[in-house]
This record gives sequence, C-alpha cells and structure tokens, in this order.
Amino acid sequence: MDIDFEANLSPDVLGEFAHLVSERALTGETMLLNMGPQHPSTHGVLRLLLELDGEEVVNCIPDIGFLHTGIEKNMEAKTYLKAETMTDRLDYLNNLGNNLTYVMAIEKLADLDVPPRAQAIRVLLTELQRISSHLVWVGTHALDAAAMSVFLYCFRDRERILDIFEMVSGQRMMTTYFRPGGLWRDTPVEFEAAVRDFVRYFPPRVEEYANLLTKNPIFMRRTKEIGHLDPQTALQYGVTGPMLRAAGIEHDLRKAQPYSGYELYDFDVPTHTDSDTYARYLMRMEEMRQSNRIVEQALNKLPLGPVRSNNRKYVTPPRSEIGISMEALIHHFKLWTEGFLPPKGSVYAATESPRGELGVFLESDGGPTPYRVHWRTPSFTNMQILPILAKGHLVADLVLLIGTVDITLGDVDR
Amino acid sequence: MMNEELQTIAADLKERFAANLYEFRDEVSLILNPGDIVAFSRALRDEYDFELLAEETAVDYWPEQAPRFHVVYRWRSLKRNLIIGARVPLDGNSPSMPSLVEVYQNANWFERELWDMFGIHFEGHPDLRRVIMPADWVGHPLRKDYPLGYEEVQFTFNYTEINQRKPYATE
Repeated sequence: MDIDFEANLSPDVLGEFAHLVSERALTGETMLLNMGPQHPSTHGVLRLLLELDGEEVVNCIPDIGFLHTGIEKNMEAKTYLKAETMTDRLDYLNNLGNNLTYVMAIEKLADLDVPPRAQAIRVLLTELQRISSHLVWVGTHALDAAAMSVFLYCFRDRERILDIFEMVSGQRMMTTYFRPGGLWRDTPVEFEAAVRDFVRYFPPRVEEYANLLTKNPIFMRRTKEIGHLDPQTALQYGVTGPMLRAAGIEHDLRKAQPYSGYELYDFDVPTHTDSDTYARYLMRMEEMRQSNRIVEQALNKLPLGPVRSNNRKYVTPPRSEIGISMEALIHHFKLWTEGFLPPKGSVYAATESPRGELGVFLESDGGPTPYRVHWRTPSFTNMQILPILAKGHLVADLVLLIGTVDITLGDVDR
Repeated sequence: MMNEELQTIAADLKERFAANLYEFRDEVSLILNPGDIVAFSRALRDEYDFELLAEETAVDYWPEQAPRFHVVYRWRSLKRNLIIGARVPLDGNSPSMPSLVEVYQNANWFERELWDMFGIHFEGHPDLRRVIMPADWVGHPLRKDYPLGYEEVQFTFNYTEINQRKPYATE
C-alpha cells in the first residue's frame, strides 16, 4: 500500500479520537504514534495515543479497557461470600488489600465485630502486601530506567512474602483469606517464625536497593524534575496515595481514619515537597521501611484468641462444632447455599492501598447478593493525571511516568 | 456516633438546597435535585473544604421508572477529615444531568464510565465517550435489564450443535 506521509490526515481516520488531537496533527506537523496495548513498559495492557513533535510528547491520550472483566456485574450475581473471590482479581498486586476493603464494607453494612487477633493479622498481612506491591513497583520502575538487576532482587524478595501468603491461605496471590467477621482460619504454626524471619531479612535488603538507586547518577538524571505535579492539580484530579504525599500533602487513611486497629501501631507517613518522579521513588522506599516496622510491631503483640466472630447469622461455625451441634450444621448449610442477608442500605468503606484510596461502595436490597458494588480504585483515578505529567517530556520519560503513577491495569479496568 | 461537625454541615446544606438526608451507619448523604448538583459541589469545595471528589457512581433500580437511577457522589475533606455523600435520583430510561467536570476534574472519567455502563448522559461534559467498553459496543452493561451472559456448556452429545451457533470471530 502506498502511504503519502506528506498529505493531510483526514479526521475520519482518527475516529473517536479526532477531537482530542491538535490541529497540528491533522496537517502532519506533529506525528501520531500508537503505544501499547502490548508494549512491555505500559505495565499491562494500557494503550496510549501519543501526539509527538519530534521526541517531545505534545499530547497523550490514554485508552483503557483492555483488561475489563466485568467484575462489578459478576459480583451482583453471586452471594456476598462467593463474590469475594473476584476481589482478588481486581488489583493483582494488592489482593489482601482488596479482600480487606470488601469485608470491611460487609462488616459495616451488617454491623459485625471482628476479634482483635483477626484485626492484627489483617494489618500484618496487608502491610506485607504493601511491601510486595512496592517491591514490584521499584523493580519495574528501575527496569524502565534500564537497571536490570534491581528487578531480579525485588522479585526474589517478593517470593518470600508470597510464600507467607501461601502458608496462610493456600494461594500465593488469589488469597480470599479475610472473610466477613474475621479470617478464613487461624494462621499455621510456622507462620510467626516465617514472618519474623522476613522482618529481620528485609531491612538490609531495602537499604541495598536504595544503595543501587538513590544516589545513582543515571537514575537521578532520569527521574529528577520529571513529571512535576503541583498539589492543587493533584487534588483537582483526586490523586491519592504516594503521589499526593510526594506533592507535600500528608494524607494517609491509616492515620486519618484508622481502620482495623491501625491506631495501635507506631509508624510515620513520609511526605516530600519536590513532587517529581524521584520524590515519589523516595516516598515508596520509605513506605516499605515503615510497613516493615508495622509488621514487626503487629507480630510482637499478636493477641491470642478466636479469629472469627461468633455471629452465626453471618459467619460459618468452626468445623469442630458441625459434628456435635445440629444448629451449627444448619448454619453451615444455610450460609454456604443461600448466603447471609444483610440489612437494606448502602455503605462506603475505604482503605489505603499501596496506590491510594481504595474504596468499595456496597448497596444491599436485603437479599443474599450485593445489589450494587462499585470499586473506587486508585489506579483508575490516578491514571487521569498521566497526560498532564507527560506534556512536554520525551517519549523515553513517558515510560518512567507510567511507572511513577503506579497503575495496575486490573485495578484500572476492573 | 456521627461526627458533630459533619452533622452541622449536612444540616446547613440540607436547608440551603431543600434536600433530604439519608443516614446509615454513620454516613450521611443528601438527596438532591439534578439541577442543584453543580452549585452543591461548588459550595462543598469552596466553602466547606471538600477538596477531593472521592467517587461518583450509580445504582440502577430497574424495573422502577421514577426514579430509575441514583447517581451517587462522595467527597472527602482532608482538612476536616470528613466524608459526605450525595444521591441524585434520575427518572426514565435515557436520563440526563449536568456534568461536574468544571468543578472537579476527575469527574471526567467517572462520568465517562457512567455513560458507558449505565447510559446516563452528562450535559457539558467535554469528552463523553465510552471509557471501558469498545467504542462500537451496543448497550450499557451495568444496567439491571442487561443480562449477565454466559457460555453454554458443551457435552459430548450436543457439542457440534452448540459449536455451530457460537459467535466466533470472522476474518
């Protein structure tokens, strides 16, 4: 096929994107380039339509939806308990955080109590999850800046965390370990030793990665003063999480509105004022150190006791009771077939995920399935800031900017 | 117990916009007319320090027609450490209401998602296209009258029969 590159571009060729590019693209002064959805540096299946003036990004139009799995629609057709397995698949780097947000919404709706041991284990595991998510982030971010070895080290350490998840839930990633009213079951005997091993192992490792990157001149030149975001724009676009904290606004739901007993732990919320890619790197490194502190404290004062609420209308009875109690057998049967029936109403529960505010809006019509579930995911909201960050930077920097927003495509598309 | 500051703000706004209150589990939402939403959120942002639009979504009450939809908003104030919500009832199968993009920029994708998933039209939205489903998709999947859809299970005895009516891609 002959392509006349000098000719004007017809708006029909662009279809639904025609009104988003500038006039210069139509006359051929700037070039339109498609990036993704199979590009490895887009961290999944993100498609970007770029308008380039030479190497410089004039305009960047994100096109999402390639990983849409209809989770919200599917959850409406399943009982509350069965729908929980779908929450693992949303943000696949924050599975336990998704579980926690969802069960918190159910507990709020049904007014359920959670025993202190279950609360502490939840905090411990979600903080391990935050470390593992940030490890993937640091690894891939360094890889985008062409530092290969950090990626391998980070994934090696992440395996240790995933081994702990497998130990407690039987699955490395698709955990569904937190259940409404507590946990699926108590932790196995090897659990405490494995976590203690990790909290001792990890602090020297994180310093090792910091030594590889923090003062690395190549990494600093690639990240400093790239993708500046001023705090007012960040708030206008609803940006939360490390992105907002790097812009100098100290907002962390774990401190602001403590859930699951976060008020019992001593930790700092790091903030920075530079608000560039380098500052956001420093934020996440510091968050890993703080998370390690929380894990250690949670482990040291892990209370003893039951891990599930005694409310038999919502929580299945322990296996040992089923053999001796008719009531327990009936509850077990009813809960696994019909499910439970929470009162009518709607609630919103939010947690601080590694990426920002992760919220669930849950509406119940009094039936056994959720009437409507909406996931307010941090990646979806933070993603909108990318065109603003990218404007005026080079294509090579854009790759780092996608990394700095820290998106998970499962979280964006749901 | 519900926060006193939140109660005062909710009572003020209730009077000002002639709204109804919906309270459940320490959360408060105001039920507003579609026409008031822009002025309401402007007041929240400028007078009551609700800096973040935390979420915007919708619920479909089909087969109910009046109202068929509720558009649900939630704002977060970092300064006051509060959350406040609003619900806007909308009637009919192809509802329309004012867009919030001029007040909160991140309403852009939320409203595109609502158009995509529920078919709610937002007046004054700069770029109301589908965001998640493909551009040529027919229907609005999160509506209650949109079937969930499933794939038929093939057994040995009806394998070919079902195979014949499967919508394979052609090219």
